[in-house]
Amino acid sequence: MKRNTILTIAGLVVLVAAVGLADSILGRFTVRILNLSAIYIILALSLNLLNGFTGLFSLGHAGFMAVGAYVSAILTMTPAQKEMNFFLEPIVPILARIQLPFPIALIVAGLCAALAAVLIGVPALRLRDDYLAIATLGFAEIIRVIITNIQSVTNGAQGLKAIPKYSTTWVVWTVAAIAVVFMLALVRSSYGRTMKAVRDDEIAAEAMGIDVFKVKSTSFVISSFMAGVGGALLGHLISTIDPKMFTLMLTFNILLIVVLGGNGSITGSVLGAIIVTVLMEALRFLDMPMNLVFFKTNGLPGLRMVIFSILLMIVVLYRQRGLMGNKEFSWDGVLGIFRRKNSTRNGGRP
Amino acid sequence: MIKTENVSMRFGGLTAVSDLNIQISKNEIVGLIGPNGAGKTTAFNTITGVYKPTEGKVIFKGEDVTGAKPHKITERGIARTFQNIRLWKDMDVLENVLVACHLRMNVGVFAATLHLPGYRAKEKKSREFAMSLLDSVGLADLAHEPATSLPYGKQRRLEIVRALATEPSLLLLDEPAAGMNPQESLELMEFIGKIRDQYDLTILLIEHHMQVVMGVCSRMYVLDYGVTIAHGTPDEIRRNPKVIEAYLGVD
Amino acid sequence: MELSTFFQQLTNALSLGSLYALIAIGYTMVYGILRLINFAHGDVFMLGAYFAFYAVTALAMPWWVAFVVALALTAAFGMGLERVAYRPLRDSPKISVMISAIGASFLIENVGIVLFGGRPKSFPSIPLFDTVVHFGSVSMLSVSLFIPVITAVVLGALLWIVHGTKTGLAMRAVSTDLDAARLMAIDVNKTISLTFGIGSLLAGVGGIMWTMKYPQLNPLMGVMPGLKCFIAAVIGGIGNIQGAVLGGFLLGMIEIMIVAFLPELTGYRDAFAFVLLIVVLLVKPAGLLGKNQTVKV
Repeated sequence: MKRNTILTIAGLVVLVAAVGLADSILGRFTVRILNLSAIYIILALSLNLLNGFTGLFSLGHAGFMAVGAYVSAILTMTPAQKEMNFFLEPIVPILARIQLPFPIALIVAGLCAALAAVLIGVPALRLRDDYLAIATLGFAEIIRVIITNIQSVTNGAQGLKAIPKYSTTWVVWTVAAIAVVFMLALVRSSYGRTMKAVRDDEIAAEAMGIDVFKVKSTSFVISSFMAGVGGALLGHLISTIDPKMFTLMLTFNILLIVVLGGNGSITGSVLGAIIVTVLMEALRFLDMPMNLVFFKTNGLPGLRMVIFSILLMIVVLYRQRGLMGNKEFSWDGVLGIFRRKNSTRNGGRP
Repeated sequence: MIKTENVSMRFGGLTAVSDLNIQISKNEIVGLIGPNGAGKTTAFNTITGVYKPTEGKVIFKGEDVTGAKPHKITERGIARTFQNIRLWKDMDVLENVLVACHLRMNVGVFAATLHLPGYRAKEKKSREFAMSLLDSVGLADLAHEPATSLPYGKQRRLEIVRALATEPSLLLLDEPAAGMNPQESLELMEFIGKIRDQYDLTILLIEHHMQVVMGVCSRMYVLDYGVTIAHGTPDEIRRNPKVIEAYLGVD
Repeated sequence: MELSTFFQQLTNALSLGSLYALIAIGYTMVYGILRLINFAHGDVFMLGAYFAFYAVTALAMPWWVAFVVALALTAAFGMGLERVAYRPLRDSPKISVMISAIGASFLIENVGIVLFGGRPKSFPSIPLFDTVVHFGSVSMLSVSLFIPVITAVVLGALLWIVHGTKTGLAMRAVSTDLDAARLMAIDVNKTISLTFGIGSLLAGVGGIMWTMKYPQLNPLMGVMPGLKCFIAAVIGGIGNIQGAVLGGFLLGMIEIMIVAFLPELTGYRDAFAFVLLIVVLLVKPAGLLGKNQTVKV
């Protein structure tokens, strides 16, 4: 136990140092990818809470992210910035004047997404499996259509530009770290066990006195809060948002991370988020024109997503457990791997 | 303790249970027997809230609990096991029992997640309680094994322990001896008598081989095609011509 | 509103509803047999339209030959999709199959973007479908009249297959109980494959007719109709062919009529289907013509 605590503290120190170092020496482009990974960690964890730990298949994540992103953007922009954005139709007066500090706006963003989840969850969570999936997808689309149409609140299809860039390396990685710790604590608590029970066998859970609906809605609301915060951070990172960003495509990317990392594994979501984000950027060249010595391509937009779709299909078809299965990182596990390697070197005997 | 008043359950045109009138007093062990498809499990499901009976009332400890949600019924003190074992397969033995302890822990999601002192104390108490339950059925040394890796008989015992962890006053056992050989069945019946005394329980158990439960039950109800065809002490049931007829060719 | 405008809108609603119905049938058949939302069905619809487009433009086939070829290709594609993306997962958890379906859908869309290009293409005009017809003061494209007729013919053929042939009997058997059907020596794989083939064929008919009416093709054109038609199938009672048709017409009618009578809601048009879906799921979860099922304990 003690050794593991020391290793954990050492690991954290290294991590903090790495984040600090990366922030100061790496180029802007690389740092941006790094920060995007952190945001995807938050989003993947929130979807994994539903999908992996509670067994609820939701396709509405983009909707909650949209709510978070818009709320936080509108609450932090200066009145002048808002005036510049809302040139077609002025913003409603109450919102024009309001301006909150970023941490508060971030929490309000999460709370608004959670509120949307309460309104949506009450009817939707009575549905099962694929019906739930399609209903949540439906709600996300409704949210998007509403955002597109309430011009005087969201600036409609034009979206919002020049959102303050508050998503610095330290901010996003701190929030991501909080999300990881929160998820670990939740999943290992008595409440987390009831979620897994609901996932594995709802009827047995009910018979053992678990209020299945309450467990599902709690999970749904917490997940949406995290999605709202993640969406808000995303807005503050790329500084431009519009309704077209928050389609099923975005939910698909997060789902890919969760499935790739391993449904029901926090470690898996963290690794998956980093791998997918880095790959997404690394493969960006595929969409651009290429000069491959022997032949030139004119750039094939969509090729990158083809690769990601194939990746997802391969994982689902051939390795459903993803990278981690439902296992978690542990020092014992890591040390175990090293020990096994050593022992194979010593002739296969421990 | 528990009483059903003219409970009927119909699915479309099919009447699975009709006019069921069961009455059980505290600390009794009562059998609900009948051939396959007689409606025994459906009767259980109407009592435990899985189905809302088409007609009739379920009275538990003097209160009408007809059609209440399953978890509410369990909260009031009725726990059950399943005919086809329903353990949580991704959890170990101890966790299976701990989930059932959650009901009496009374902790909120945030207290639990933040591991506040109140929660820690309750969690510790639950673990001790769960271990003592496992110990009493000889499963303590298997506490960290995956639940579904246990042999069949032990899985059945684990299901009973899990039900006990909800601290019930009435325990419903759905074919607890299914798949066991005569020797194992006999041991199980002894075990059922033991937990009744130890945890001050009232027990209603379903069985389709009536010999198995003869020894342990003080009274029995016999169902056939959803209808209660006989009711009485094991000796009376054994001699009842209707029962013999219903079972002819079955046993 | 004038009576003529009303009739104009009514024909619009009827042809849109017919298209929805054609696509919804594919969803309902697949769901009935595999309990699976074939998320890629809308993309099969898109492929049907593109196959016809390339057959007419690149291969310079006469339009009716092109349509037949395109339909055959679409049906074959649907069968291939089932073989690759769904059959290996038949005994897997539902979530896995659904993820596979979503993956397949995105794959087809993006391969579409790579191969066909992201920019919309317009279908060359076919005079038979492109003529303006006048009834008194009501004028409409001839295709709007053909669509309901074609739908009726296709639907009649389908109902005959399902209820009047041995193959249809096998389909119904598999959808009632897959394992029991296998025990009765029904070739389950073949039946499922055939169901995908027929469903995709109908999506192909829908896709081609759709481009006759709205002659713009793009690789994402199947997404919205796909979602809406799944919703239509759910509204009608999923697994039920008549239900899918009813749901399709209902949805087409509501979309057209709300926009016609309450033009200020036009921006919300794509949300109607989802609102309707949620209302139906809450009030009558099994859909209008569906049966309620009890979970066995």
